[in-house]
Amino acid sequence: MNAQAAGGMPEITYNFAYLDEQTKRMIRRAILKAIAVPGYQVPFAAREMPMPYGWGTGGVQVTAAVLGPDDVLKVIDQGADDTTNAVAIRGFFEKTARVATTTSTQAATLIQTRHRVPETPLRENQILVYQVPIPEPLRFLEPRETETRQLHALAEYGLMHVKLYEDIARHGHIATTYAYPVEVAGRYVMDPSPIPKFDNPKLDDCPALQLFGAGREKRIYAIPPHTRVRSLDFEDHPFRVQRFAQSCALCAASGVYLDEVILDDKGGRMFVCSDTDYCNGRQEAGHRGEMAGEGA
Amino acid sequence: MIEHPLLVAEGLSKNYGPRIGCRDVSLEVHPGEVLAVVGESGSGKSTLLGLLSTELAPSAGRVSYRLRDGRLADLAGLGAAEKRLLMRTDWGFVRQNPADGLRMAVSAGGNVGERLMAVGWRHYGNIRDEAIDWLAKVEIDADRVDDDPRAFSGGMRQRLQIARNLVTRPRLVFMDEPTGGLDVSVQARLLDLIRGLVAELGLAVVIVTHDLAVARLLSHRMVVMRHGRVIETGITDQVLDDPREPYTQLLVSSVLAA
Repeated sequence: MNAQAAGGMPEITYNFAYLDEQTKRMIRRAILKAIAVPGYQVPFAAREMPMPYGWGTGGVQVTAAVLGPDDVLKVIDQGADDTTNAVAIRGFFEKTARVATTTSTQAATLIQTRHRVPETPLRENQILVYQVPIPEPLRFLEPRETETRQLHALAEYGLMHVKLYEDIARHGHIATTYAYPVEVAGRYVMDPSPIPKFDNPKLDDCPALQLFGAGREKRIYAIPPHTRVRSLDFEDHPFRVQRFAQSCALCAASGVYLDEVILDDKGGRMFVCSDTDYCNGRQEAGHRGEMAGEGA
Repeated sequence: MIEHPLLVAEGLSKNYGPRIGCRDVSLEVHPGEVLAVVGESGSGKSTLLGLLSTELAPSAGRVSYRLRDGRLADLAGLGAAEKRLLMRTDWGFVRQNPADGLRMAVSAGGNVGERLMAVGWRHYGNIRDEAIDWLAKVEIDADRVDDDPRAFSGGMRQRLQIARNLVTRPRLVFMDEPTGGLDVSVQARLLDLIRGLVAELGLAVVIVTHDLAVARLLSHRMVVMRHGRVIETGITDQVLDDPREPYTQLLVSSVLAA
C-alpha cells in the first residue's frame, strides 16, 4: 500500500518513538519500580513490536519509553555499531522518533546494547539499555516460575552456587563465561544479560543508569547509578574475567574484550576489539596493531 | 521417652473433597525416636506424612515442632522464610522415588552440597570435602562425587538422597517408603545403613512403610492406620508380636515367614 500511489492519502505517521503514550507511561512505571528495587524483575505488559522476539523487543520498548527528542542514540550489537541488529534498531528510531544517532559512546546519551558494555567508561546522565533474552538467572536450575519468585523473595540463592559448584567440579574452574550471575545492592541475584563476564566489573558502581528489558519474558529490571554489583563466586575460586594473550590486531589495545576472526582455512586468525567504536577511535588517534594495513 | 516431644500432631484431619485422606490423628515424636506409620495402600499414610511435614495443609488440627531454642511452635504460624529454613536445615525428607528428592542433572557432590550452600557455605574445597565425607558415610566411593545420579543404581541413588538430607545434621527426617522399589539384598543393606545413621546421629524419624519387616527393623514405636484413622499404636515389638486390633492381627498374619 503505497501512500503516494493512492494519491493524496496522508503519509503514515507514528507516534514519537513508535509506541503510544499510554504504553510508554506503563513501561516508565515499570522502570521506576525497577530502579526503586535494584535487580528485581518487574513484570510489564510487553507489546508486539515490528521485529521478531530475540532481536531486542524488550530493549526497544525500554528505549522507546525513555527516549526524548534531544537524546543522542547509539545502538550496539555484540560490540559493533554496523551489524544488522544495530543498524536496524538505529534506523527504526531515526524513522519513528527522528532523534540524532551516533556510533560514539562519548557522544551518546542513550545506548541500547546487545551483549556488550562499551569499553569507554560510561558517565552520569547516560542510560544503557540491555536486551535480555532470559531474565531469570535461576531458570535452568529451577524451571517453575512460582518457585523462582519464592526463592528471590526469600533471597534463597544457594541454588545459584550449585551451578557454579558444578562448573568447578566439571571443569576445574568456573566455566560460566557469559550471563554470569551478579548480586545487586546486596539483595537480588540478577542475570546481567548475555554479556561476557569480562564486562561484569563495569556494572559495579557505574555512573550511568542501566536498564534491562526482556520482551518475550515481559520483565524489566534495573541497576541505578553507583550501585554495588558483585559477581557470585567461591572463597577459594574467586571471580575472574577473561584474559587475552594478544592485543587488538588493528589498534593494539590490550585489556579490552577481543573477538577472534578466522581469516582462512589454514589456521589464520586475528584478534580485534569487539567494541568497534573504541577500536576506530584508537586507530584515529594513531594506534596501530600488527595487522593494521592500508585496507584496515 | 525422656525429653519433651519434638513433633506434636493434634487432631489432624485432611479431606480431599468428600473423600477422607486422614481423620483425627494425634501423635508425638520424641528426639531420637523412630516412628513407623504402617497400613495398606490408601490408608492415609502418605497424607499423614504430608501433613506432618507441612507439605499439605490440614483441614483441621495442627502440627507443632520444637525449635532449637526449645520453643514448641505451631508450624502453621511460621512464616514462609522460617519454614523453608527449617526444612533445609533441621528437617530432611527422603522420598520413595529418588528422582523426586535429587537433582538428577547435578553431580553427587552438588546434590550433597546444595544444602550447605543454601545455609551460606561459600568455600568450594570445604563443601566438596564435606560432600565426600558424607558419600563415604552412605558407602558411595569418593571417585563418584562428580558423577550425576543418572549414572547411579537405584540403591545408590537412595543412599545419595539420604546423604543429601543428612548433611546439615537435621533433627527430624521424614521417610516415605525409602526401600520401595529396591531388591531385597539392596533393601537389607540400606536398612542397615539407615539404622546405623539414625543411632549415630540421634535422629528422630517418621517412616511410612507398608512393609512390616522394615518397621520391625528400624522403628521404636509404630502407628497402624486404616481408612485414614490410627487404629493402633504402641511399641513396635509389642504391636507386631501381640496385636490387639483385628485389622492389625490380619496385617501381621499376612506376612510370609521367611
